[in-house]
Amino acid sequence: MGRYVARRLLQMVPVFFGSTLLIFAMVYLIPGDPIRALFGERQVSDATLESLRDRYNLDDPFLVQYGKYMGVLPDGEEGFSGVLQGDFGEDFRGREVSELMTERFPVTIRLAVAAIIIETVVGIIAGVMAGIRRNSFMDNLVLVSTTLVIAIPLFVLEFGAQLIFGLQLDWFPIAGLREGWVSYALPAMLLAALSLCYVARLTRTSIVENIRSDYVRTARAKGLSGQRVVGRHVLRNSLIPVVTFIGTDFGYLLGGAIVTETIFNLPGIGRAVFDGVTQREGAVVVGLITVLVIVFLVANLLVDVLYGVLDPRIRYE
Amino acid sequence: MSSGSETHVDPTSDQQGAASSGAVTGGAEVGVGGREAGLWKDAWRQLRRSPLFVGSATTILLFTLMAAFPRLYLWYYPGSTDPRECSLTNSVGRPGAGAWFGYDLQGCDYYTQVIYGAKVSMIVGIATVVIAGAIAVVFGSIAGYYGGRIDTVIARITDIWFGIPLILGAIVFLNAIGQRGLLQVTLVLVAFSWMTMLRLMRSSTIERREADYVDAARALGADTRRIITRHILPNAIAPLIVYATITVGITIAVEATLSFLGVGLQLPAITWGLMINSSFRRILTAPHLLVFPGAFLSIVVLAFIVMGDALRDALDPRLR
Amino acid sequence: MSGGNGDWERSLDSDVGFDPDADHLLDVRDLHVEFPTDYGVVNAVNGLSYTLDRGETLAILGESGSGKSVSALAVMGIIEKPGRIPKGEVLLHGVDLLQTSERKLRDIRGERIAMIFQDALTALNPVYSVGWQIAEMYRKHRGTDKKTAFKHAADLMDRVRIPNARNRVKDYPHQFSGGMRQRVMIAMALSLDPEVLIADEPTTALDVTVQAQIMNLLSELQDETGMGLILITHDLGVVAEVCDNVNVMYAGRVMERAPIGTLYAEPAHPYTLGLMHSIPRADRKGQPLDPIPGQPPNLTNIPSGCEFHPRCAFAEDICSSEAPPLFDVDAQRQSACHFWEEVVRVRSQPTAG
Repeated sequence: MGRYVARRLLQMVPVFFGSTLLIFAMVYLIPGDPIRALFGERQVSDATLESLRDRYNLDDPFLVQYGKYMGVLPDGEEGFSGVLQGDFGEDFRGREVSELMTERFPVTIRLAVAAIIIETVVGIIAGVMAGIRRNSFMDNLVLVSTTLVIAIPLFVLEFGAQLIFGLQLDWFPIAGLREGWVSYALPAMLLAALSLCYVARLTRTSIVENIRSDYVRTARAKGLSGQRVVGRHVLRNSLIPVVTFIGTDFGYLLGGAIVTETIFNLPGIGRAVFDGVTQREGAVVVGLITVLVIVFLVANLLVDVLYGVLDPRIRYE
Repeated sequence: MSSGSETHVDPTSDQQGAASSGAVTGGAEVGVGGREAGLWKDAWRQLRRSPLFVGSATTILLFTLMAAFPRLYLWYYPGSTDPRECSLTNSVGRPGAGAWFGYDLQGCDYYTQVIYGAKVSMIVGIATVVIAGAIAVVFGSIAGYYGGRIDTVIARITDIWFGIPLILGAIVFLNAIGQRGLLQVTLVLVAFSWMTMLRLMRSSTIERREADYVDAARALGADTRRIITRHILPNAIAPLIVYATITVGITIAVEATLSFLGVGLQLPAITWGLMINSSFRRILTAPHLLVFPGAFLSIVVLAFIVMGDALRDALDPRLR
Repeated sequence: MSGGNGDWERSLDSDVGFDPDADHLLDVRDLHVEFPTDYGVVNAVNGLSYTLDRGETLAILGESGSGKSVSALAVMGIIEKPGRIPKGEVLLHGVDLLQTSERKLRDIRGERIAMIFQDALTALNPVYSVGWQIAEMYRKHRGTDKKTAFKHAADLMDRVRIPNARNRVKDYPHQFSGGMRQRVMIAMALSLDPEVLIADEPTTALDVTVQAQIMNLLSELQDETGMGLILITHDLGVVAEVCDNVNVMYAGRVMERAPIGTLYAEPAHPYTLGLMHSIPRADRKGQPLDPIPGQPPNLTNIPSGCEFHPRCAFAEDICSSEAPPLFDVDAQRQSACHFWEEVVRVRSQPTAG
């Protein structure tokens, strides 16, 4: 098991550098003067431009820029000061990007955690109930409703929910964080609603497949009750792909559900990236997405480890 | 279930014990490559009878026609059939006999707008999946079949792209490219869609490369390329077809999302996402601005997903 | 583990009403199993009858589609919907299992009748250790605590000759070789000392050398415990070593029933005769193989009269109109053929055509 984890960690390294390089390239390879672009329409003196150019190492070849940004190459008198040292640069107002992160991340985390809990509980239960009684009313209900929810684009759903639950019925707040925990309720439920459909369907399919397995037949031949057969034998096998999906979904949600944050006006990471793009704050964009990449990779690694824990066949590869 | 295997003679059942003397046989025959033809033919027979498949396929056909020949849906329309013919006096007008879907902010006929909006969605959705799918099939099957170094390289490249969240990555890329035309949006979406399809194709290929009928083909002298294209591909591609169909729907939704966020196609392009965007602040006063494009969007996405589901049920022999 | 089988103090007996003086340990009478499908009703088992006594090894021989595995599942009571049993009796110590409640059947399965399956890799749960799966029998049927149950499991694994058993209790099925896995299944099946063990093609998925080991193991265990053993197989070679009696099945019922030696020496049914002749033999090298002509029947559309008549060299008009019952060939043999006497007369001549 340790070897498996070590191997995966090693695999993560080139991927990490590859992804961050990709984003870096996209942000900074824009033709034209990126420093000028950083300021958009603002007026700025040539001296400032020059010092910034130097600061951001824009006269260096591209890969060197990237190296210095990541903290792999030393940057003049500052020594190694890049991502690997925890320094993500600053926006042009001089604020540390890392400060922005610590401000915005909690919102996204809370949203993600709430959504994950809802989608796990409701999704798995629905999926199990649908799977053990295939073609029953429950099964068809789950299939139809999940299909509908997946089909209707999230932002349409969220608009509709805002309209119905927020404005007309006035059950939940529809924007901002003014009302504390309750503010997360509606957006978390909607995010969960979408993911929950995938969880339910995956669970259902997995259960349907596993219930036909030979080991189920053996378990019945052993005289075990239906409850035990499903609860212990089928479930453990069936949940393997489901749990791994939820794990990756968590990583994805932490990436900032930008649409949800926009519609419900929540100051999270996704929104911060979006603002960074529209305001042409290259450092913010690259910095935040770099963090998100790390989060995603770590989440994936944890999911793989989890998979190894759940499925003994994988451990000994 | 074992009871299933008893109901008919299965000529390809694993009877490894048949090597021992005295095995009972019932006159079986094995057809190399014959199984794939059977899979698609059987699938088609089942699909033809499935109301969900027929319904969703018809819907998709209707929308494809809408995208290609919008006038088909406009010749009978009493209101204005030119999406650019707008008059501010009609701004945000209600649906009525002269304008079935009412008017939008600029006073353009909404029904006509919505009809024309199909073009972008269908083109982006289908083109993205076709291109990404082509990449996935070629490289996924190569990675799956050859394994080893090639596989590792392709897998790492896939991982690199995979690490960047879809919408955020699309936002950054589109911003970098500057232009937001149909081509650019499609290419960016391709850039973030090919990974999952490739992985699917790869694992599908790996699964089938070990099959007995591949060994048989090799023993009969087939070369590698022939083995891949004639024997492995037809079978391996089935899960990908299912996923691709559903992905068209999802891609259409993503394009609409990008337009809605303002980072996709820009005005004066006519897309459902932009229409929904402009309805943002007026939901209460003018719900028709949200409802009609929202409904069309949902219906077409739904159709692709349902069709994907029907295809999966037909193509996966284990789920009968 | 004791060798006792007539352990009448087991708590469930007072509920079920087993009769210690019943004629046979297991008595299957006129069993029918069918599966409604889109293509028609599949008649998997059509009037199967046989008996099993203590210490007896009975082989059920047949091709795929003969109904042999389905009949075993019916005896265990684990036929899945939409399969149904329209007719028949399965008497264990005189009690009809088909009329027994599911709750009581669950007690009986594993305790009294156990079953092992063909492919141990898929028949064992991949995510639990072998020790856990064996221990489950003790924990669920006898309420044994986990630690003791695991100890029993280790003992059992020892008994079925898995090397280094104590250290392998926590291992998973995929970590064992095919033969070892099959031993695990046997251990699991024998854990509660059942009186009947049904082995559905236990060696088909194994190498030839391992097959012999497994058959020897089963034979020894049977000698020790005195249980009845039903061997379901399609392989005549495997059967010969170990069995007392053979039931040859075709199209869901018994065609011929005989002690093993007589079956080989003097088949009394055209189907059996055909099987014997289809075996490749070293002393007939260079000559073409001699399969039975035709195909096994479509079970949704079984031929009228004698099910085998379309493929039979001895068939006459009566064969397509009247299904032959099991005629007594002698005290120990029966044959479902109108012309069994002719068949017996034919010794080593191949089937015509």
